[in-house]
Amino acid sequence: VCTNHLFPRADTCTYCAAPDPEPVELTGPGTLWAWTSVTAPPPGYLGDVPYGIGVVEFPEGIRVISRLTESDPTTLFLGQSMDLRIVPLHDDVVTYAFAPAS
Amino acid sequence: MTGVAITGVGLHPFGRFDGTTTTDLGVVAVRRALAEAGVGKGGFQAAFCGTAYGGVATGHRVLSRLGLTGAGVPIVDVEAGCASGSAALMLAAAAIRGGQYDTVLVFGVDKMPKGIIRSSFFEPWQEEAGLAATPSFFALRAQRLALTSGVTKDHLARVVVKNRRHGVANADAMYRKETSVEEVLASRVVCEPLHLFMLCSPNEGAAALVLRRDDLVSSPPVRLAAAVLRSHVPGSVLSESTPLSGLTDDDVPAPTALAAAAAYEESGIGPTDLDVVECQDTDAARELQSCEELGLCAPGGSADLLDSGATTLGGRQPVNASGGLLSKGEPLGASALGQVVDLVRQLRSECGERQVDGARTALSHTVGRGANAGVVILTR
Repeated sequence: VCTNHLFPRADTCTYCAAPDPEPVELTGPGTLWAWTSVTAPPPGYLGDVPYGIGVVEFPEGIRVISRLTESDPTTLFLGQSMDLRIVPLHDDVVTYAFAPAS
Repeated sequence: MTGVAITGVGLHPFGRFDGTTTTDLGVVAVRRALAEAGVGKGGFQAAFCGTAYGGVATGHRVLSRLGLTGAGVPIVDVEAGCASGSAALMLAAAAIRGGQYDTVLVFGVDKMPKGIIRSSFFEPWQEEAGLAATPSFFALRAQRLALTSGVTKDHLARVVVKNRRHGVANADAMYRKETSVEEVLASRVVCEPLHLFMLCSPNEGAAALVLRRDDLVSSPPVRLAAAVLRSHVPGSVLSESTPLSGLTDDDVPAPTALAAAAAYEESGIGPTDLDVVECQDTDAARELQSCEELGLCAPGGSADLLDSGATTLGGRQPVNASGGLLSKGEPLGASALGQVVDLVRQLRSECGERQVDGARTALSHTVGRGANAGVVILTR
């Protein structure tokens, strides 16, 4: 059994194939490691454009790729503190996204 | 060990061909390769067909149209994303080396939907949430390359200018017009830092090769020295496996680096021995990242490599002398074999204005969804 963290939750570890990885809560805030903005709607997408997407890094040694609440890439910076939010996507559907920490 | 010779190649040009079917495109490439090799019905014992969007029994449809299926020759379609053709080549070469077959037909064909590639790879919720936008993954990799290798937007634009200039002399390419740094940077931003002209177009085309045991060929013109596929390696959040998470460990090997290391070992040819390279330039940054992963320069050295002019035609080690995917476009199943066909022509000194003088060794590289990375090495 390895000590790697994976997201989303899965019934088998991607890294060592161990069954039933232990759920843990990541300590926050995360820090921004990469980011961009999507300007045209990709196939199957039901939200608005432009929207931000980026990679947020956590002290536990995991990087998570996610929507960002900020869609203007020029306002973001490397290592910026990021908090997790639940945000509207379309109609009554919500999703997760990272926002610059206030 | 038995060696593998390439005795015939054929292409259907890459582009958009309204009113044709996938089968139509495959037929053209296969017919040309078989004619070059002087092989007809009964002349090959197996066929492998790379395709990602062709649908069920794509290879069978092409060969039955050509009347080449009568003896029940096994036909296997191979899907490995952008590396489908490399995977088909690996299987065919292994079968010949293992003594199973003397002569094998390998071809690849696709007719891609227009626009951003929709891939069944993603779960529907990921598409719905905007986490399946292929150019966004390219852009995130490009931004990291900017941080680790000093790659600027100007470098990205100059990759496009270089490859499009190379493509002018390639009759099989989709875009055959030069562009400028200014024009590239004036095209719309798709995902910062990537502008529209920095992204290759999914399109249509086919490529085919005939492989034969080299001891049955008198003075083979071109030999297949290695054909390697390496697939999914967990750990990198920006890997072509497009996971939703990865590790902060930056030493996770890239599938391309693993495939290249295996191909260099198998062939006894190292990165400095290569005279000409075709690599995955799905976007401009990917070419630079590929150069680093293939060992054409040190890690972090791809911007300097471009600046040196080494990868431009006339330079020390031209990269994408065909114009690359940025000029040719990318029909997934035909992409890798299209590179190999072009490199065979380079090694046979048939490339005219874009010929790399005296080319004796060549490398083809594709990487994409899965992840799947293919590296092929050719010699003459």
